[in-house]
Amino acid sequence: MDTSLKDFILAIVTTDSSKVTAGGCPVILAGDKHEQERTCLLLARILGGVVHDLENGVFFITRH
Amino acid sequence: MLRSDYRQYPSYPHGKLIHLAVGFIAAGLGAVAIPAIAKPDYTAVTFLVLAAQQFREIRNMERETLLKLEETKLVPRGSDYIEGIARVFEARNYLVILTALATSAAMQWLGWPYAVLVGLACITFSVLIKTGGHIGDIATIEAAPVHFEGSLLMVGDVVMMNVGLPQTREKILSEGMGVLIKPKDDDARLTLHAPGQRMAIIHDVVSILGTKVDINETELAPMARKQVDKGYLAFFIVANEPDLEYLVQIIKRVPILESSRGTTLGTFYGRKAAD
Repeated sequence: MDTSLKDFILAIVTTDSSKVTAGGCPVILAGDKHEQERTCLLLARILGGVVHDLENGVFFITRH
Repeated sequence: MLRSDYRQYPSYPHGKLIHLAVGFIAAGLGAVAIPAIAKPDYTAVTFLVLAAQQFREIRNMERETLLKLEETKLVPRGSDYIEGIARVFEARNYLVILTALATSAAMQWLGWPYAVLVGLACITFSVLIKTGGHIGDIATIEAAPVHFEGSLLMVGDVVMMNVGLPQTREKILSEGMGVLIKPKDDDARLTLHAPGQRMAIIHDVVSILGTKVDINETELAPMARKQVDKGYLAFFIVANEPDLEYLVQIIKRVPILESSRGTTLGTFYGRKAAD
């Protein structure tokens, strides 16, 4: 069987650093919306995760 | 027992030989049982009973093979489906034995013209009882719009999942297909409620229409979610062949799994509660 982290936030990508505090996963600050989306796409492909949108400028990547 | 179709079920092409061999043994066993008792040759009867034990192994064999294959599948069958397939294989061997038994009994006591008749009748009977129900019998299936509410993907009024990337959303909007599977009664609602049954629906659709999901890109994964208040299912897929009409037809043909079948209307309180 595949043994990997599941249902776990792998990374947070945000344009607004005031929305996140230190937590258990890497937090990546993006300059603008475009960079945020691009970073999310790359991270998702590298980590094999899925990008989710919290609708407040915070995106995170998780694996299902 | 040997029919092979889109599901690679009942048998994988090479599995045919295995089942042909086992089926032959089953037919042989059934055929010689009555003459052996009539003779009477009790040693032969004892051996027949021993041999019949072997058919229990068929279910294990099928289950093990399919469970092993499951590990490398992007869209798994689900253990309910596998258990159903395995059970069907065992049961079909018993049907073969019964057919042979009835035919040889007719041969023993009535003569060969009757044996031919009984054989044909048994085969027809077997074909009739081995086909189970389909989703189309218990539910109506209708197309539903795929749309977004903020970042939430919706099919009709059912929330499917959260999709973050705008590119993915555009892809889903242009290529995604959604249907609603509405149960006709309370039994059907319970059947559709079972995750094993939903996995079977997804697996069947994917094995015909294909899916754009890949190992590292799971965002386009097909899924079936329940409308919790009304109990109907919303089904979503980004297929290689985006053909909504056929999608509906395929879902109608998905078999109802024995282990997922809802039976609430068979009980007193189930009927009372269903108003």
